[in-house]
Amino acid sequence: MDNIIKKELDQELTIVSNEQIADKVFKMRLKGDTSLLTAPGQFINIKLTGFYLRRPISVSDYDSEGLTIIYKVVGQGTDLLSTMKAGEKLMCLMGLGNGFDTASCGTHVLLVGGGVGTPPMYGLAKELLKQGKKVTVVLGFNSVLDVFYDHEFRALAEEIPDNSIEVRVATVDGSFGTKGFVTDCLTGLDDITDYCACGPMPMLKALYRYYDQKKTGQLSFEERMGCGFGACVGCSISTNSGFKKVCKDGPVFSSDDVIL
Amino acid sequence: MADISTELSGIRLDNPIIPASGTFGFGAEFSHLYDINILGSFSFKGTTKEPRFGNPTPRIAECREGMINSVGLANPGIDKVISEELPALRKIFHKPIIANISGFSVDEYKYCCERINKEDQVEIIEVNISCPNVHAGGMAFGTSPEAAAEVTAAVKSVTDKPVYMKLSPNVTSITDIAKACEAAGADGISLINTLLGMRIDIRRGRPVIANKMGGFSGPAIFPVAVRMIYQVYDAVNIPIIGMGGVSTAEDVIEMMMAGASAVQVGAQNLVDPYACPKIIERLPILCKELKIEKITDIIGKAHG
Repeated sequence: MDNIIKKELDQELTIVSNEQIADKVFKMRLKGDTSLLTAPGQFINIKLTGFYLRRPISVSDYDSEGLTIIYKVVGQGTDLLSTMKAGEKLMCLMGLGNGFDTASCGTHVLLVGGGVGTPPMYGLAKELLKQGKKVTVVLGFNSVLDVFYDHEFRALAEEIPDNSIEVRVATVDGSFGTKGFVTDCLTGLDDITDYCACGPMPMLKALYRYYDQKKTGQLSFEERMGCGFGACVGCSISTNSGFKKVCKDGPVFSSDDVIL
Repeated sequence: MADISTELSGIRLDNPIIPASGTFGFGAEFSHLYDINILGSFSFKGTTKEPRFGNPTPRIAECREGMINSVGLANPGIDKVISEELPALRKIFHKPIIANISGFSVDEYKYCCERINKEDQVEIIEVNISCPNVHAGGMAFGTSPEAAAEVTAAVKSVTDKPVYMKLSPNVTSITDIAKACEAAGADGISLINTLLGMRIDIRRGRPVIANKMGGFSGPAIFPVAVRMIYQVYDAVNIPIIGMGGVSTAEDVIEMMMAGASAVQVGAQNLVDPYACPKIIERLPILCKELKIEKITDIIGKAHG
């Protein structure tokens, strides 16, 4: 079969750690072959024993040894995932989706993460800082119980000389940071060149309207998926340039292209 | 080494494995993963006269050992399929292909089949009659022998390639539908399409998919598919392409013993992109274990 297979999309990864970091939110470190990951904002599709469809989860960060995912328990599949232990193995379809186009980002990028849309922003922030760009991060959560990774984002700039990262946090109930939504944290940021966002659709819509085509954004969408790699056309959206598959043409789409 | 080649209406296939329409696009998502020329053939995405976005999302739901889809025949329309998809497909796949045609009126089926009939690489036309007839209150063509026969005859009148009618299982008597198609001139029967199913999200108290109901597929429907293939094999004298929850080489043998001459693999491609090469690799090994020298010897064997 070796001369038939051209690309090993389905990789076996080993769980290194799996810990709770917020209410129903877990961080899992996996080791294995990450060579198919090419950009922040891509995702993997995880096979779970006893469940038919795979679970598509964004990659938060990766290196040559492995990757980190941060996921919320929203159903039976993610519930099972949250109980898995170090040493257990998972088959994952790797490097799915287009990810964020960091080369096209300007000199001061606003990154917006809403709830469990936050994880891919971490790897994205890391990459942009490495490229010498200025990054401002705005995170929105429901309450202090849901907040995670604000320290980790702040720590990103510590190792990079002459660089800094500003992190603003909003909670809907005001129990941490600014009371309100991410759009309540955008004052004094008129000098951003562009923005990248990942989070619930109401948040993406609010940002899209706030910047009203004055700033271009890259928006990471989500949709219920079948295959996750473009075969079944289950996850389509309409865009200004036609029908697109969230799993393959996305999940990141330009604000110029989406219909919101 | 067991001979796993088979034949449909005089068309020789290297093996019985055919990815099912709607799970394999036009091959592009798989051709960079493995050499898709190892397949027997494949049935391309269901094509309609007009381009279609399909149904609103969400249009995928999970089931135990299966899934529901209400994709709704999302496709670029016959014009683009002929002008763009088929030339692109020709570059990556060099074997006979099965065209899958859907329609919402008899005229639409005729229009699309007449056009696809001119395409050289298409060697079988698979007609999906699980579509609603907009001229008959949305009743699916495949739910009545008369409507199924009408579509069959209409398509046969505009084509000279073998026509396989793809049947819906959501009927009282699958054999009545199959017999009506055969009498109207069908060259073969393809079955089963998806079962009509539904899931409800208990957290929201609403159906999971926007369309409320959709097509249930995957391993859970396999026994229904095997039963229907068995029944249709008894009822008609034309070849059968079997499908419905096939995920292993064992399933392929089982379906062929029920009466299938070739077997389509659908939902399994979604959860394991390498499903078909794995089955093709195992099939000769399994045949050897079961002392099957030529796979076509077992077609309909379960009928005794």
